[in-house]
Amino acid sequence: MKKWLWVLGFWFLLTGLALAAKPYKIGALFSITGPTSFIGEPERNTLVMLVEEINKKGGINGHPIEVVIYDTEGDETNAVKKITKLCVQDKVLAVIGPSRTGTTLAVIPFVERYKVPLISCAAGVKITEPVKPWVFKVPQTDRMAVKRIYAYCNEKGYQKIAIITVSTGFGQSGREQLKMLAPKYGIKLVADEVFGPKDVDMTPQLTRIRAKNPDAVICWGTNPGPAIVAKNMRQLGMKQQLFMSHGVASKRFIALAGEAAEGIILPAGKILVARQLPDSDPQKKVILDYIARYKARYGEEPSAFGGHAYDAFLLLSKALEKAGADRARIREALENLKGVVGIHGIFNMSPKDHNGLDEKEAFVLVRIHNGDWELLER
Amino acid sequence: MGELLQYFLSGLTSGAIYALIALGFTIIYNATEVINFAQGEFVMLGAMFMATFLGKMGLPLPVAFALSVGLTALIGILVERLTIYPARGASVITLIIITIGVSILLKGVAMFVWGKDSLAVPAFLGEEPIRLFGATIIPQSILILVVALVAVLGLEFFFKHTLTGQAMRACAANRLAARLLGIKVEPLVLLAFGVSAGLSAIAGVIISPITFATYDMGTMLGLKGFSAAVLGGLTSSFGAVAGGFLLGLLEALAAGFISSAYKDAAAFVILLLMLFLKPEGLFGQGEIKKL
Amino acid sequence: MKLNYGIWASLALVLFVFGLSNTNDYFFNVLNVLGLNSLVVLGLALLMGYAGQVSLGHAAFYGLGAYTSGILTAKYSLSPLLGIGAAQAVVLVSALLIGLPALRLKGHYLAMATLGFGVIVHVLFKETISLTGGPSGLVGIPPLQIFGFTLLSSREYFFLIWSLVLLILLFSLHLAHSPFGRALLALHDSEAATQALGYDTSRLKLLVFLLSASFAGLAGSLYAHFAMFISPTSFTFLHSVKLVTMVVIGGVASLWGALLGASVLSILPEVLTVFEDYDVLIFGAILVTIMIFLPDGLLKGLNNLWQKRKTHG
Repeated sequence: MKKWLWVLGFWFLLTGLALAAKPYKIGALFSITGPTSFIGEPERNTLVMLVEEINKKGGINGHPIEVVIYDTEGDETNAVKKITKLCVQDKVLAVIGPSRTGTTLAVIPFVERYKVPLISCAAGVKITEPVKPWVFKVPQTDRMAVKRIYAYCNEKGYQKIAIITVSTGFGQSGREQLKMLAPKYGIKLVADEVFGPKDVDMTPQLTRIRAKNPDAVICWGTNPGPAIVAKNMRQLGMKQQLFMSHGVASKRFIALAGEAAEGIILPAGKILVARQLPDSDPQKKVILDYIARYKARYGEEPSAFGGHAYDAFLLLSKALEKAGADRARIREALENLKGVVGIHGIFNMSPKDHNGLDEKEAFVLVRIHNGDWELLER
Repeated sequence: MGELLQYFLSGLTSGAIYALIALGFTIIYNATEVINFAQGEFVMLGAMFMATFLGKMGLPLPVAFALSVGLTALIGILVERLTIYPARGASVITLIIITIGVSILLKGVAMFVWGKDSLAVPAFLGEEPIRLFGATIIPQSILILVVALVAVLGLEFFFKHTLTGQAMRACAANRLAARLLGIKVEPLVLLAFGVSAGLSAIAGVIISPITFATYDMGTMLGLKGFSAAVLGGLTSSFGAVAGGFLLGLLEALAAGFISSAYKDAAAFVILLLMLFLKPEGLFGQGEIKKL
Repeated sequence: MKLNYGIWASLALVLFVFGLSNTNDYFFNVLNVLGLNSLVVLGLALLMGYAGQVSLGHAAFYGLGAYTSGILTAKYSLSPLLGIGAAQAVVLVSALLIGLPALRLKGHYLAMATLGFGVIVHVLFKETISLTGGPSGLVGIPPLQIFGFTLLSSREYFFLIWSLVLLILLFSLHLAHSPFGRALLALHDSEAATQALGYDTSRLKLLVFLLSASFAGLAGSLYAHFAMFISPTSFTFLHSVKLVTMVVIGGVASLWGALLGASVLSILPEVLTVFEDYDVLIFGAILVTIMIFLPDGLLKGLNNLWQKRKTHG
C-alpha cells in the first residue's frame, strides 16, 4: 500500500513540476530587416538578451520564458500575416512590438479580435489614443516630441516654421500633431510638404519651402528619407535650423547624413546622452547598466530603440509575475503597473493611459555635433 | 524665378541618368530586339560596387570607378551568355519574363551580398553647393551632366567611326545581311550587353552619392529609363538621350509645380501617352509589324 | 485539350473533403491565397493563352477590386456585397479606359502600356492617403457578410473562395471550348487571318480583357475582406509579374496549366521562408531556369519529359 502512495506521490510531483516548468510563451514582432532595420534589430537583440538573462535566473515564478520572434521587414502586410501566426498558431500570451507605427496600427484589429495583449514599440499617438483595452505602448508619444520642439522654438523666437513629413503612419501622426499644436505655441506653419518613404530626392519640396523663407524646418520621419532631406537642404544652400523627430535617434542617421547632420536638433530618449545626465536622475543607473550589458553581449552600444524593447519586456515580466499564464489577467496587470523605472521614462499605467509616461520627463533635446549626440536641454 | 531654375537643374540631373539608362535599353534592343527589364539592376550594381570600393574600402576614385563599371559590364555579358543566348528563339513574352527573372535574381544576389540597408557613398567633389541665379547646384550634379555627355559622345564616336561600332549598327539594321557580309553577330551581341551594362553602371556610380545605394533602387530607375527610351524612340540612340533629358525635365517640373507625390506616375503617364499616340517615339522610325 | 469533367470533379471532391477535415488554419490561409491567385490567373490565362495579349499590369485590377471594396465597407459602411458590385464597376470601367487604346498595340508595346497602367494605379494607391491610407495601408475592413451570415474563419473563406474558383474554372473551360474560345485561339495565331474570316478582333480582345479584369477585381474584393487589411505593397509591378509567371509556367494556352502555375508559385514562397533572405534569389533563379529550359510551361514540359522517358524506356 505504501508503495502505491509513493508512486502516486511521485507521479503528482512530476506532473506538478512539468506544469510548473511550463514555459511562458511570448511573441514579438520587429522590423529586423528592411528600411527600418535600425529600429528592429536592436529591439530584437535586447529582447533576446533579456530573455536569456531572466532564464538564467530561473525565469518568472519558476517558469522559463520562451520567446517567438518574427520579422515584419517593416511591412504592414507582412506584420498582419505574422500576428495571426503568433496569436493563433503559436498561441503566445502577449506580443511585444511591432517596431513601427504603421505596422502597429495594422495589427491592432487582430490583437483585439484574438484578445492578446500587445505592447507596441512604436510612437504614434493613435496607438493608445483613444485607449484600446488590449493595446499598450512604451515609447514616448510623438505629441510630447512636438511639444518639446515647439517649446524650444518659442525660446529661440522661431515663429515661421516649415514642416516636411513622410507619408507613413509615423510621419502623418507627427504631421497631425505639428499642425494641431502650432497655434498653441504661437507658431505659424508656412509650408506643409510630404515625401514618400522610398523617395530619394526631396529638392522639389525643399525648393518650395525655401521660397517661403521660414525661420526653421521640422522634418518628421524615419531613415533614410530624413537623411536625404538633411543633405538636400545643404545642397540648396538652406541655412535654417533643422529639427528632426525622435525617429532618427540612431547613429545610422548620422552615418547616412554625413556632414549634413551637424547642428540638427531633435528630441530623444535619455539613453542617447546617458553619460551626460546628472547622477541624481533615477534613470541614469538603469540606462548605463543596460548599455553595459548590451555592449558586453553584442560588442556595441544599443540605440534608443533597443530601449523600447527593454521597457516593453520589463513591463511584461512584471505583469507575468502578478498574473501568470492568462492573457486577460496579464492585460489587467499591465494596466495597473506603477512606478516602473525604464530606459525611456518612469511608467505609471492606468486604464485611461496605456502609455504611462510623464510629458515633462519623456524627452531631452539633443543636438548632433561632430558626429555624436550632445545634450542640449533636459 | 529661382524656383523654375532649380527645378530645371534638378530635371537636367535626373534627365542625364535616364538618358544613360535609356541608351542602355536601345543598345540591347537594337542588337537583339530584346527589351531588357533587368537594365535597372545594372544601375544598382554600379552603385553598390561603388559603395564598397569607394565607401568601404576607400580605394582611389578612378580605380573604384573603373572596377565598378568593369565588373558590371562583365555581369552584363554573363547575363547574355547564360540567360538570353540559350533562349534566343523564344517568343517575346518568354524573353520578357526571362529578363524580369534576371532582374529579380540580380536583386536577390545584391540583397544577399550587401544586405537591405542603404549604403552611403562619399561625394566625389565635396558637397558645397554652388549658387546660380537664385538656384543651387552641387558639384556631383555637374559631374553627372559632364559624365553623361562624355559617355554619349563617346558612344556616338564608337558607332560612327569605329569598325566594331559600325558592324553593330549593321547587325541592328539587318541581321541576316550583316551575317552575309561576314560579320560575326554573336560577339557583337555580347559586346552590346557589356556596353549597355557598363553605361548603366556609370549612371549608378555617379548618382550613388546623392541617392545612396540600395539593393532595390534599380527597379524604378529601370522602368523610368525605359519610359524615356520609348519616349525618344527605341530604335534611335539620339532619341534615347533626348527622351531621357525630356523625361527628367518634365518629371521635375511636374514635381515642382503640380505635386511631388505623383511624380513617379508622371513618367508612366508620359509613357502611356507616347504609346497611344506615337509608339515609335519622338525620333524613332515606324517598325513593320509582322502579322 | 478535351473538356474533361472528370478532373474537375475530382478536384472539387478533394477540396471538399480537405475543407471538412483539416483543422490547421495555416493551411487554410495558404490555400485561400492560392485560390485568390487562381481566380486572377484564370482570367489572365484566357487573355494571354487564348487571345495572345500580354498584361504586365493585372495587379492593378486586383488592387482596384480590393481597395474599392475595402474603402466602401471600412470607411463608408457599405454592405460588402454592394461593395463587391461597386468594385466590379470600377474595375470594368478602368479596364475599358485602358483596354480601348492599349489593345491596338502589339507585342512588347502592349506589355509596356499595361506596365505603365499598373505603375500609375500603384502610385495612386500610395499617394491618395486620405482615401486609401497610403503606404500604411487600409485598416479595419469588415469581414464578408452574405445574407446575414458573416464569414470569419479561414475555413469559411476556404469554402467560399474555392467554390468560386471551381465555378469560374468550369465557366472558363466552357468558354475555351466554345466558338468564342476557338476564335480567341485563332486570334492568338494570326489576327489578320481571323479578321479575314469576318471576326471583329478588336471587340474579341476587349471582351477577354474585360473578363480577365473582372475576375481579378473579384479576387481583390474577396482578399480585402479575408485579410481585413490591405496595403499598396501587395499590388506592385512585381505582383503583376508573378501573376504572368504563374500563367506562363503552367503553360500559356492551358487553364489547368495556369492553376498548376498558380499552385507552384503560391506555395513556393511558403516553402522558401525557411531560406528567409535567399527566397528572392531562389525565386528569380527558378523563374529564369524554367523559362529557358521549359518555355512551353511546366505542364507541357514535364509531359514532354515523361514522353521521352517512355520512348527511351
